[in-house]
Amino acid sequence: MDAISIENLSKSYGDRPAVSDVSLSIRPGELFGLIGPDGAGKTTLFKILVTLLLPDQGRATVAGYDVVKDYKALRQLVGYMPGRFSLYPDLSVQENLAFFATVFGTTIPENYHLIQEIYSQLEPFKDRRAGQLSGGMKQKLALCCALIHKPEVLFLDEPTTGVDAVSRKEFWDMLRKLNERGLTTLVSTPYMDEASRCDRVAFMQTGTVLAVDTPSAITTRFTKPLYAVRAADTYQLIQDLRLAPFAESCYAFGEFLHLTVKSADVFDWQIGSYLLDHNHRDIEIHPIQPGIEDTFMALMTQPEVTI
Amino acid sequence: MNRFIAFVKKEFFHILRDRRTLLILFGLPLVQVLLFGFALTNEIKNAGIAILDNDKSPHSQQITNKLLASGYFQLRENLRSNGDIERAFRKGTIKLAVVFPAGFTENYEHGRSAQIQLLADATEQNTAISLTNYATAIIRDYTTDLNPTVQPPLTIDVRSRMVFNPELKGAFVFVPGVMAMVLLLVSALMTSVTIARERETGTLEVLMVSPLSQGQILLGKVVPYLFLSFLNGCIIIALGVFVLKVPLNGSLVLLLSETLLFIFLSLSIGIFISSIVDTQLVAMFASLMALLLPTIFLSGFMFPIESMPRPLQLVSNLIPAKYFISIVKGIMIKGAGLRYLWQPTLVLVGMSVLSMGLSLRNLKTRLS
Repeated sequence: MDAISIENLSKSYGDRPAVSDVSLSIRPGELFGLIGPDGAGKTTLFKILVTLLLPDQGRATVAGYDVVKDYKALRQLVGYMPGRFSLYPDLSVQENLAFFATVFGTTIPENYHLIQEIYSQLEPFKDRRAGQLSGGMKQKLALCCALIHKPEVLFLDEPTTGVDAVSRKEFWDMLRKLNERGLTTLVSTPYMDEASRCDRVAFMQTGTVLAVDTPSAITTRFTKPLYAVRAADTYQLIQDLRLAPFAESCYAFGEFLHLTVKSADVFDWQIGSYLLDHNHRDIEIHPIQPGIEDTFMALMTQPEVTI
Repeated sequence: MNRFIAFVKKEFFHILRDRRTLLILFGLPLVQVLLFGFALTNEIKNAGIAILDNDKSPHSQQITNKLLASGYFQLRENLRSNGDIERAFRKGTIKLAVVFPAGFTENYEHGRSAQIQLLADATEQNTAISLTNYATAIIRDYTTDLNPTVQPPLTIDVRSRMVFNPELKGAFVFVPGVMAMVLLLVSALMTSVTIARERETGTLEVLMVSPLSQGQILLGKVVPYLFLSFLNGCIIIALGVFVLKVPLNGSLVLLLSETLLFIFLSLSIGIFISSIVDTQLVAMFASLMALLLPTIFLSGFMFPIESMPRPLQLVSNLIPAKYFISIVKGIMIKGAGLRYLWQPTLVLVGMSVLSMGLSLRNLKTRLS
């Protein structure tokens, strides 16, 4: 049985569709990533799965329970961490945790082993008001509060948004450890680089799922040649490359531009001579392997690509 | 049950840790009662007057002394001519001018009609009316004291007595009014704001995805405020009785029960407001516009309902405070029991049932 099964789920606000015809199945014990830009429908999908919203069409089950019919039972079983910080800033770290433990009918000592590793970092500040914690600390506390009742499925909606790079890495390390103990986790993020930390990922864009696969397999969907290009004038370079007859697409990735060309018979020397014709200096071109981000960009611009 | 206690405990933490909430909870009633008790009053004391004495006789002297001895008036100026009167009014130092015409004594002692002119500054019309009434009564007193045996023929002797409040103390009116206002404000505004706050910060979402039912969440919000509002009510009653000397002629138990009823009604209105608004700001605005202002203006607290135009009188029937104020006045001042107060009590019960029913119907197990 799937831990989470979603069948043809749709939800719209007024006449604006937020989630349209999404189907997914997530296996028990999986760390599953939902990747997509803001407004892709990730949060709406989460809210339906944690019983906060009713779908317009389709059905979904979590841990075997229907999200509409069995919402009461489900609310005992899921751990939910909403996108923004949703604890009480005027309560201390300890009070927040104790409150959520009691609300779920448990105590901190009873399930301390679940959160020990994370909470031990917070313990020096346990009497501090939650509102005065740093962003990373807040997220750790929120995770503790979502874990304290030993949920069967954990839902984390953009847990790393607004958190510094080091804390983000730590957070993913923690998720991996929790996952190793068998906790099914659905996590959403707008950061592509986090996709590689998941067992499987689903790309979402404007309410639909573009592709579902393991992070390594998903890049094999990228079939066209890809080059990293650099020159002295980056702005002019991107303008010129986008107008080039052989170019499929061109995006900035750090100090390099990633250029996808239309067919395999376009070679780097052709790109080089095109750029020289356009008076570019310090040109550097080399073929690269596509990453997850390249794949997502390609999928986004090609709606006809289906899973 | 543990869940519920934890929730109530958390609510108390919110209240006790927020200085603004504490200030509204306990500063507001104290300041309002003391302000209305000592600073804001429509009783007249020491109003400035001027005398233009063209007669300069023992009679005019004695009448002047009698006026000043009453405590209502304070002499600011002795005028010399009619022209001075207008100047004194313009300066704003006096509210009333008393003019003794030349020949006043002669007319008076020879049995002809003697006249005194009273001029009042009617920019404040109520003060002007009160001042001329007081002065007229004092002057009439003077003549009857002087000639106790001489009764003018065929007059109707009016004797009035102020029942329940012989000293005409303003505290009798505003203590019930302030009580209604503060209880409504604290109960309705605070509950609606605190629920809206959870919605705004997203914590309500987390609470909804928990075994707590929406009813438990609401009840947990209500219990602390019920407790604190009741405490507040007791503070106001104590201040009224011990500091402002408002009598407590009726039953204290009845008064406290009616207070609880009114608090319950206010809380359920607060819950109702919170069920239809999304943000703290809107909740606050709705509470102020829909509850506080009508309570001040239409409950009979500030302005008598009888002198309102008919449509406003009809609207005033919808204001819960109107009934509560009449109940509190009835119990404290008139010493009335439930036998006389069952009607307004029944209205309050009905309103409570209605607003509680409406908010329960709006209970959501999910986001909109």
